[in-house]
Amino acid sequence: MVLHSEVPEDRARGTEDHRSGSSAAETAVYCRGVTKEFGTGEAKVRALRGIDVDIPYGRMTLLVGPSGCGKTTLISIMAGLLDPTAGEVSLLGCDLRSLSGSRLVQFRAENIGFVFQQYNLLPSLTAVENAAVPLIIRGVRRSLAIERAMALMTEVGLRERAQALPAQLSGGQQQRVAIARALVHEPRLLVCDEPTAALDAQSGRTVMNLIRRVTVRSDRAVIVVTHDSRVFDLGDRIIAMSDGLIDNHQREAP
Amino acid sequence: MNWLAWKMLTGDRTKYLGIVFGVAFGTLLIAQQASIFVGLMRRTSSQIIDITSADIWVMDQRQRNVDDIRPMPDSRLGRVRGVTGVEWAVRLSKSMIRVRTLAGDFTQAILVGVDDGSFTGAPLEMLQGQHSDLRRPDGVILDFDGYRQLFPGEPVRVGRVLDMNDRRAVVVGICRVTPPFQTFPVIYTRYSQAVQFMPPQRNTLSFILAKAEPGRQPQELSQRISQQTGLKALTWDEFFWLNIGYYIENTGIPVNFGITVTLGFIVGGAIAGQTFYLFTLENLRQFGSLKAMGVTNLRLIGMILLQASIVGIMGYGIGLGASALFFELTERSGQADLRGMWVPWQVAVIAAGAVGLIIVLSSLLSLRRVLVLEPAMVFR
Repeated sequence: MVLHSEVPEDRARGTEDHRSGSSAAETAVYCRGVTKEFGTGEAKVRALRGIDVDIPYGRMTLLVGPSGCGKTTLISIMAGLLDPTAGEVSLLGCDLRSLSGSRLVQFRAENIGFVFQQYNLLPSLTAVENAAVPLIIRGVRRSLAIERAMALMTEVGLRERAQALPAQLSGGQQQRVAIARALVHEPRLLVCDEPTAALDAQSGRTVMNLIRRVTVRSDRAVIVVTHDSRVFDLGDRIIAMSDGLIDNHQREAP
Repeated sequence: MNWLAWKMLTGDRTKYLGIVFGVAFGTLLIAQQASIFVGLMRRTSSQIIDITSADIWVMDQRQRNVDDIRPMPDSRLGRVRGVTGVEWAVRLSKSMIRVRTLAGDFTQAILVGVDDGSFTGAPLEMLQGQHSDLRRPDGVILDFDGYRQLFPGEPVRVGRVLDMNDRRAVVVGICRVTPPFQTFPVIYTRYSQAVQFMPPQRNTLSFILAKAEPGRQPQELSQRISQQTGLKALTWDEFFWLNIGYYIENTGIPVNFGITVTLGFIVGGAIAGQTFYLFTLENLRQFGSLKAMGVTNLRLIGMILLQASIVGIMGYGIGLGASALFFELTERSGQADLRGMWVPWQVAVIAAGAVGLIIVLSSLLSLRRVLVLEPAMVFR
């Protein structure tokens, strides 16, 4: 586990953006000239207007900005859930355009973990069963998947609540289960969408600290979309967006 | 993934049971009503069903069913016996008659006059007495349900006396028969005796029952009888289906039952389909998450079809079981109204087809929603 304060070199490398010549192979996510349009004719909306951005390994990158600025569209494209209208996207060294539908789905299953704003836990599964879902999707035997999920449940501090159903857990606990689920298959990219939005301030901070503590590793990139300014200080790097563009003043967290 | 599909399905118990109930309700209505329809149609041919020893039924050329009888002169029997290939041919009369007990209770009854010598046409299952008892003076065999109509609550025994058209008849046997369509008592006696019971009429011969010689095809022989005698000669199968066809074409029974079966299909399908669709809609976010996490459309189709199959099989099993239980209970209750009815395998297959259709239609709606679902929606 690599902690924020322990990675000054990584952080220094991560501050190199495209203007300083980073390549697709060196970064977890590499975007060049990414645009995304929805609708046609007069109803056409340009959600992204030519985004150039790199997401480095070993960092927790916060993607911030007001509602409607394109954050969600950008992480959807970065996670291979949405095709860009134009531009180049390389994910973990792989050009997404080279992946067909089923290979892209498999690529996501193997390499990407998700933490959603509304947790999206399956209500009929226990906490540990929920955490095991990505492994079950990959065909791992259920007993083995649950055993590995239990280890993650311990890591997020929910071992005692492993057999509880989501409805029996608080919002913060559900988000911790979601974090365990996102990490159980050891993804190289973790995408978190507003992980604190549905939580009170204290729970939100706890969850963000947990994400920092258990997810950031030198071989993994972590992107957190948030507009919760109270947790900005927990990110290694902040990318601000507005109106479909990256603000010029990307900055390192203090 | 099958485990996941099962857990998702059974997690929302209310909807899960609602879908099963919808399918079970549809199956019950389809299977039960269709079975009653089949049972009623069989009852229209009950006298044909109960006479299995003859290959061929011969009757007046214009006769269209087993009830609307145009009696023939007895001389027609000789003509049929004269046709090459006929092993034997005997007389059978069938008519309606008013029966009265000594206590004064009366009812209409079906009177069947069987061959005096061979008793061809007599009931197959005797509960008391035997066919040869018909040789006793005024002897008749009464069916069990008819006995209970005429002598309700009284012990079943031979020796009871009836009045048939002001003539004395003695019950010498109790039999079990296929319940007739009209649920009237069925009374068997010798042909020569039946003629005495009937109101006076010029002709009394309702049918001639014939048997083909060994090695002869009944179909071919029936055609030859028709050609040589000018009478209508039908094999057992042909007469059975002609009779049923008559009732299907000339009564409102198929339409009424058809409407009920259709309603069962529509209502059951609507409940199951709508609930299943709602179940899918409420799980769209979960399906979206699974898609985002790497579940292919093919596997999602498999999950939804598995869920639909589970509720389909369970609902079908419950519905069909309830139908079978219904007929079993009515049989055991001893009520003649629905006695002898059951769920034929053909009805079970048709109900399975209907349930399959309900499930496919329900699944298609849900599949469409899931397949067009953008995994990116989980971020919205």
